[in-house]
Amino acid sequence: MGRRLVLGMLGLGVAGVASARYVQGGLESFLGAAADKDPTGLTSLLPNGGGFRYYSVTSSVPDRSAADYRLTVDGLVTRPATYTLDALRALPQTRLVRDVQCVTGWRVPGTPFAGVQLSRLLDAAGVRPGAGAVRFTCFDGAYSESLTLEQARRDDVLIALSMQDKPVSHAHGGPVRLYVAPMYFYKSAKWLSGITVTQKVERGFWEERGYDIDAWVGRSNGREDHPTS
Amino acid sequence: MHRAAAWLMGACVVTAAVLYVPQFAEAVGRRELVVRVHEICGVLLPVPVLLGLASRAFRADLGRLNRFHPYDRTWLRTALRREREPRPSGKFNAGQKLYAGWIAGAALVMLGTGLLMWFTHLAPIGVRIGSTFVHDWLSLAVGIVIAGHVWMAIGDPVARRGMRTGSVDRPWAKREHPLWEPESDAAPAGEDE
Repeated sequence: MGRRLVLGMLGLGVAGVASARYVQGGLESFLGAAADKDPTGLTSLLPNGGGFRYYSVTSSVPDRSAADYRLTVDGLVTRPATYTLDALRALPQTRLVRDVQCVTGWRVPGTPFAGVQLSRLLDAAGVRPGAGAVRFTCFDGAYSESLTLEQARRDDVLIALSMQDKPVSHAHGGPVRLYVAPMYFYKSAKWLSGITVTQKVERGFWEERGYDIDAWVGRSNGREDHPTS
Repeated sequence: MHRAAAWLMGACVVTAAVLYVPQFAEAVGRRELVVRVHEICGVLLPVPVLLGLASRAFRADLGRLNRFHPYDRTWLRTALRREREPRPSGKFNAGQKLYAGWIAGAALVMLGTGLLMWFTHLAPIGVRIGSTFVHDWLSLAVGIVIAGHVWMAIGDPVARRGMRTGSVDRPWAKREHPLWEPESDAAPAGEDE
């Protein structure tokens, strides 16, 4: 009898794995709707309760305010530059509303991001011949990312100053984060502090640990999610 | 035995909370390290049980946990009605037997789905999504059931001392587990964990 209980649990587990793709969608939309009306916030503790999950690779991340935030652009450029938050805000802003897809499975529908197109900063700096990629570094001291120059020039790649129509909060990588709309969200580096134009693509933090460099949603990392952009 | 399993399970639960609850994740960070600790503790979890199989007393206890007697039905009925009497039980009451079987199965499912999430090349994407789904929801159930298990233990100091020292006093055993003595006459006696 006890043995049957153990085997029964195993059977349920296998059935759960097999049926997840049918159950999960319904459960997610139900919980999403419940979370909208839930004043206690308890639904956010349930799996797939909708919303973002916080990932940081370091133990703590310093706070940067409008006063001490700086974004540097250097490497293979003719005019290296340093931007303050106000300088970034003064540039033309682009707003995109796309789904956010994490490589671990969660997806947040219709999330607005706004900021400066990366291509604008690259053009202002003057990319030198021979450059082929862009490397991003972050003031958490550990995270890094890379895009090919061609990817970096897409018009859906932003230096994001706002997310969900609010200034990007510290937890979401504020005051300034990268936003690469068509790729898995690990490409959208938080706490962005440096943009370096390089000759070739250098692997970023997660790519060193096995993630794909060209992280197109639905076409990489062995996943088949619906494309976000 | 029980202590090793409890520490490993505790570590799994704590690291899971850190990986899962945004507030804890924000406070702790160090995602890679936490993931590694969670993985290692999870994989080691069955080891104390496997080592225990070498002990005859442990195997005898597994036999007791596996066997459901007619009086276990009486015990469950009484417990579900929240009445005190009658609650006939051997060394393990029906609730403990149910818990043991459920948690053993759940741990194996968590281990299997966890391994599929860890070694992503083992299975196609559909199976991995399913594993994540089961792992997430079952972890919630396991957390609640373990909280219940700990809650029962907090309420019973003699049983806790029994788990620590390996023996309980006779009046308590006669009161809480009246059918233990006749059971021991039939099966080889074993008192340690």
